[in-house]
Amino acid sequence: MIFFTEAVQYLITGLLVGGVYALMSIGLALIFGVMRVMNFAQGDFLMLGMYVTYYFAAAGGVDPLLGSLLAAPLFFLVGVVVYRTLLVRLRKGRDPQREMDAQLIVTLGLSLLISNAALMTLSPTPRGLPSSYATTPFLVGPLLINQARSYAFLLAIILSVLVYAFLTRTDLGKAIRAATDDAEAAAYQGINVSRMHQVAFGIGIALAGTAGGLVATYHPITPTVGMDFIVLMFVAVVLGGLGSVFGAFLGGLLIGVVQSLTLLFFPLQLQNIAIFAVLLLTLYLKPRGLFGQRVREV
Amino acid sequence: MRRLRSLGTIALVIAATLALTLLLQERYHHRILTLVLLWATMGLAWNIISGYAGQISFGHQAFFGIGAYTTVLLILSVRLTPWAGMLVGAAAAAVAAIVIGVPTFRLGGIYFALATLAYPLIFRILMDFLGYQEVPIPLATSRPGFYMQFADPRAYDLLSLAVFAVTLLMSHWIENSRLGYSLRALKENQHVAEAMGVDTFRCKMVAYVLSAIPAALAGAIYAHAILFVVTPDAVFGIQVIVQTLVLSLVGGAGSKWGPVLGAALMVPVSETLDATIGDVLPGIHGVVYGLALILIMLFAPEGLYWRGHALLRRRHAAPGSGRRGIAAPSSPSRPVRATAVGGPLLEVAGVSVSFLGLRAVADVSFSVAPGEILGIIGPNGAGKTTLFNALNGFLASARGTVRFRGERIDGLAPNAICRRGIGRTFQVPRTFAHLSVVENVMVGAFARERHRGPARELALQALAFVGLESHADRPPVGLTTLDLRLLELSRCVATGADLILLDEPLAGLSRDGVTAILGLIGRLRAAGFTVLLIEHTIRALLQIADRLVVLDHGSLIAAGLPGDVTKNPLVIEAYLGRRWLRHVETLRT
Repeated sequence: MIFFTEAVQYLITGLLVGGVYALMSIGLALIFGVMRVMNFAQGDFLMLGMYVTYYFAAAGGVDPLLGSLLAAPLFFLVGVVVYRTLLVRLRKGRDPQREMDAQLIVTLGLSLLISNAALMTLSPTPRGLPSSYATTPFLVGPLLINQARSYAFLLAIILSVLVYAFLTRTDLGKAIRAATDDAEAAAYQGINVSRMHQVAFGIGIALAGTAGGLVATYHPITPTVGMDFIVLMFVAVVLGGLGSVFGAFLGGLLIGVVQSLTLLFFPLQLQNIAIFAVLLLTLYLKPRGLFGQRVREV
Repeated sequence: MRRLRSLGTIALVIAATLALTLLLQERYHHRILTLVLLWATMGLAWNIISGYAGQISFGHQAFFGIGAYTTVLLILSVRLTPWAGMLVGAAAAAVAAIVIGVPTFRLGGIYFALATLAYPLIFRILMDFLGYQEVPIPLATSRPGFYMQFADPRAYDLLSLAVFAVTLLMSHWIENSRLGYSLRALKENQHVAEAMGVDTFRCKMVAYVLSAIPAALAGAIYAHAILFVVTPDAVFGIQVIVQTLVLSLVGGAGSKWGPVLGAALMVPVSETLDATIGDVLPGIHGVVYGLALILIMLFAPEGLYWRGHALLRRRHAAPGSGRRGIAAPSSPSRPVRATAVGGPLLEVAGVSVSFLGLRAVADVSFSVAPGEILGIIGPNGAGKTTLFNALNGFLASARGTVRFRGERIDGLAPNAICRRGIGRTFQVPRTFAHLSVVENVMVGAFARERHRGPARELALQALAFVGLESHADRPPVGLTTLDLRLLELSRCVATGADLILLDEPLAGLSRDGVTAILGLIGRLRAAGFTVLLIEHTIRALLQIADRLVVLDHGSLIAAGLPGDVTKNPLVIEAYLGRRWLRHVETLRT
C-alpha cells in the first residue's frame, strides 16, 4: 500500500514535469519537422527563457507564470532574427543533405556561443525564483503535489493545445504542415516555404523560451542548464517520432514519467540511464518512433 | 606521384614537430604542443568514420574515455604499466566499437548521430555510479618512466607525436586504399555503393574500429600528460566531442589534413585565451569555438583545408580540352568465371514484390541465356524498375527464386550480387558527385580488385571502352546526360559483371545519344556481356533486343521474339488501350 501510494506520487510528479518537457519538445519537433534540422541550441534558448523570466520577476516583480508567457513573443522575434541572419544564408544552391548538415552545425555553434556567453556575462552561481508556490505543495489525500509544477504543467498543456489548434485549424498552420509533409509540393501550391521555415523556427524558439520560464519556477537557473534539457528533448522527440509534433508531446510526457518512476527502483545517479535506454531502444526497435513520418525510401 | 608528395608532406610535418619539441623551452609551450598533437589525433580518429564515411558520430569521446579509464584503472587494480594498459584500452575501445556499431549502423543520418550521442553519456553516469568520480593517477616514486610519468615535458610531446604520426599514416593509407574509396562512395550514396559491390556495413564497421583505436590511445596519454586526475566529465564529457568536432570541421572533414590544420589553429588559441583572460571571462574559449563554427559554416562550410585546396587547384588548373577520344573498340578485361554449360545465365522464377498489399511485381518468371540481349518493356508503373530492384538485391522483401549461373542469389545483399557478376545502372544516372569520373569507375573496379593501381587500370580500360577516358580526372558534375549514362555503364563494366541490368538507358537522350548507346550495347554483346534492359519505347528495343518480355500491372503478359510480341493483342491493349485494340481489329477484318 505504501509502495502503491509512493508509485502514484512518482507518477504524478513525472506527469507534471513531463508536461513541461512536452511543451519544449514540441518546439524542437516543429523545427525539425519543417526544416529537417535538429536544433542543438534549443536547450540554450530554454536557458535564456529561464533568465528572462527570472529578471522579469526579480527586477519587475512580474509573476513568473506571466513572465514566461511574456517571453514567448520576445523569443519568437529572436528566432526570426536568428533564422534571417544565420540559417537562411546556408540555404543557397547546395545539395539539401549538405545544407542540413551546415544548419545543424550552425545550431551547435550557436549553442556553444549562447551558453558560454551566458557563462561570461551571468555568473555561474545557480539562481532560483523567489516564488511562494515553489515551496508549498497541495495536499491531496496522502499525496504531495508541487504547486509550481502543477501551474507549469497546466500552462504547458494549454499552450500545447493552442499550438496544436494553430497547426490544424489556421491557414498559416496548415501551410506549415504542408511544408513539413512535402516542401516541393507545398511550393507548387504557392506556399512560401522559406517563410514557413522562418515562422516555424520562430514558434519553436518561442516555445523553448516559454518552457524555460515554466521550468524556472521549480528548477535552479544556471548558464549551462540547457545541455541537460536538450538531451531530454532529443529523447522525447525521437520517442515520439522525428518531426511529429503530437508525438513529441507524448514523448515529453513519457520521458517525465520514466524519469520519475526510475527513482522507485534505482538510485538518483542512475536516473538518466533509463532515459538513454529509452532513446537507444526506440532507435533500434522502432526508429520512426510512436508517430514518426514515413521516410521515403530510395 | 601524388601519394609520394603526400608522404613527403607527412614526413615534413613530423620533422617540424620534432624540431619544435627540441626548440620549445617553457613547460607551458610543451603543454600546448602535446595538446595540439592529442587533439589532432582525436580529430583524425573522428574523421575516419565521420569525414571519410560521412557517419556523423556525436559520441566519439566514448572511446577517448574508455582509453583513459581502462589505463588508469589497470594501474590502480593490478599495477599494470600504462604502456601495456594503453593497448588494453585500445582493444577495449575496438570491442566497444563493434558492440556499438552492430546495432547502430543499421540506422542512417541523424538517427545514427543521436544514437552515438547516448553512449558516452551512459558511460559517464556509470563511472559516477561505480564510484570513479575522481580517479587520481598514483604518483610513481620508483620507476616513473614505467608508469608513463616524466619530469621532462618533451617526453609527452614525443609520446603524443608517435600516436599522432601513426594515426596520420593510417589516415593516409585509408585515403588511398579500397576502404577509403568505398567509404567515400557510401558517404555519397549508400545504395549505389552497394549496387557496385561495396559491402557498406562491413566498411563502416572497419572504419569505426579503426577510428576507435587512436581515440582510446589519445585518451590514455591525455590522462597521463594533462589530467593526472581522471573524471567522467573530463574524458566522457560533452566538451571532448565539442573540441574534436570544432577543430575537425574548421580544418575540414574528409581529408587527413583538415583535423591537423584545425588542431594547429584552434588549440593554441583556446589555450592562450584560457590562460590569459579565462579567469575574468570563463567560457571565452567556448564563445570563440561557437563563433568559429558559425563563421566557418557561413563562409567555408567545407572547412579551411578544402577551401585552400580549391583555391590552389583553380590557380594551377590548365585549360584542359574536354574533347572526347575516339571510342576505342578494345574490349574491357573480364574475370573468368566458371559457367554452367548450356544452362541459362539468369533464371527468374515466380518473383513477386508487394508494397503494403499492392502487388508491384506479381509472379514473374523468365530466363536469360548467356550473350543475349533481353528487353523488358511495359507502360509506366508496370513494375520494371521494381523487378530490377528485386534482382539486384535492393528489395529484400521480394519473394520467388532467382538463380544466376545456377546459384540462388535471391536474399543476398546487393554487394554480394554485384560481386557474383550482376551490375546495374539507374533510371536517373546516379554518380558519386564528389569523386572524379575515374574514381567513380574505380569504386566499381574495386569489386574485383583489391589494390588501387590495378583498379585504376581497370577503370581507365572501362572508360576507354565507352569512350570517356578524356574526362577521367574531372568531376561528374556538369557531364551531359549521355556522358553520365556512359559513366554509369563503364562503372558497371568495371565491376567485372557478366550480366548488366540497364534501367531505361535511352531516357532523355537525343537521337545521336540513342544511337551511341545502342551501338555500345551491341559492342557489349560482342565483348561477351549479357544485357537485360528496360525501356518503355518499343521502337528502340526492336532494333537491338533478341527477345522481349512485357510487363503490365506487375504481371508478365507476353514473352518471345520481338516480332511476335508486338503483334500480341494483350501487348497492344496494355500499350494503346482497349479502344485502340478494337480499332486495330476492325482494320484487320
